Amino acid sequence: MKSSMIRLLLIFSVSFFFPAQAVKIEFHDFKTTEQEQLYLKLIAELRCVKCQNQNLAESNAELAKDMRDKTYELILKGGTRADVIKYMTDRYGDFVLYNPPFKKNTLLLWVGPPLFLLLSLIFIFKLIKSQKKEIVEKLSNDDRESMRSLLKHTSSDNK
Amino acid sequence: MKVKFLIPLVAFMALVGLMLFGLSNDPKLIPSPFVGKPAPQFSLPRLNNPDETISVNDMKGKVWILNLWASWCVSCRAEHAVLSKLIAEEKIPTIGLNYKDYGTEDYGDDAKKWLATLGNPYYAVAVDTKGMAGIDWGVVGVPETFVMDKKGIVRYKFTGPVYQKAVDETLIPLIKKLREEAL
Repeated sequence: MKSSMIRLLLIFSVSFFFPAQAVKIEFHDFKTTEQEQLYLKLIAELRCVKCQNQNLAESNAELAKDMRDKTYELILKGGTRADVIKYMTDRYGDFVLYNPPFKKNTLLLWVGPPLFLLLSLIFIFKLIKSQKKEIVEKLSNDDRESMRSLLKHTSSDNK
Repeated sequence: MKVKFLIPLVAFMALVGLMLFGLSNDPKLIPSPFVGKPAPQFSLPRLNNPDETISVNDMKGKVWILNLWASWCVSCRAEHAVLSKLIAEEKIPTIGLNYKDYGTEDYGDDAKKWLATLGNPYYAVAVDTKGMAGIDWGVVGVPETFVMDKKGIVRYKFTGPVYQKAVDETLIPLIKKLREEAL
């Protein structure tokens, strides 16, 4: 009885951790698996311009659906990855790419994080180096003796 | 030594400055890559006589406006009066691109009713039921307004409902300037 209750509770708690995906993706037929792979890769890589923190695959917005359809259409016509990306960036700019190209105006985007990492590493390294090593004095025999007697006292007190 | 104490303060102020800058930036205003490039083509049925089409080529030689709108779009209703006034005063031919509205399952002929109620300022209304012309123009959300020069080059894009201040300070001076340019 009790174990079945626990099992039920477990099922409940797990189901909260894995909510069903709410995005409805339309079904597309492809001639080849390469085309299908390309499609899936592209919709994961292209940003929905309407709901800007989602890619085309995740987004439920109508515009995202249209952009998925357009991607499908281009791929079916034999378009390559570069063709689809060119189509999208011609219309929406580099903004549509989650993986933007390395350019003058994306320089900070690409170089910024590693630069920050490097600077903070240098900073931490310097900080650690500047800390003076604490000098630990060695115990003398007298210290050891007094410590032992102290310990003896406390342990006998407890008894 | 004293300078060192100021470093966190300066860093913090810099961060605050960056965030304030971020606040004043609207991420929805994606700069249009079309500005300076030829207007994307379309040839679509006209709302009031579907047997005829209207295309971008029909506008060659004129300074013209493309306005993306839909009857379901609340901001379009908001900009309608301002836009109508601009079109009437400047006598600028304007194509209304009816985006995913007329002929769709959800909205039927709401677009016609909308124009009948509010007035039709457009030179022609192009019907883009599936929104594919919209995508070709890089639509993000209606309303969007583009200004083309006589050569058919996109010169300006306005995202969102146009308001009087933008009309007076940006659109009208731009239209006047473009009209003076040689073909």
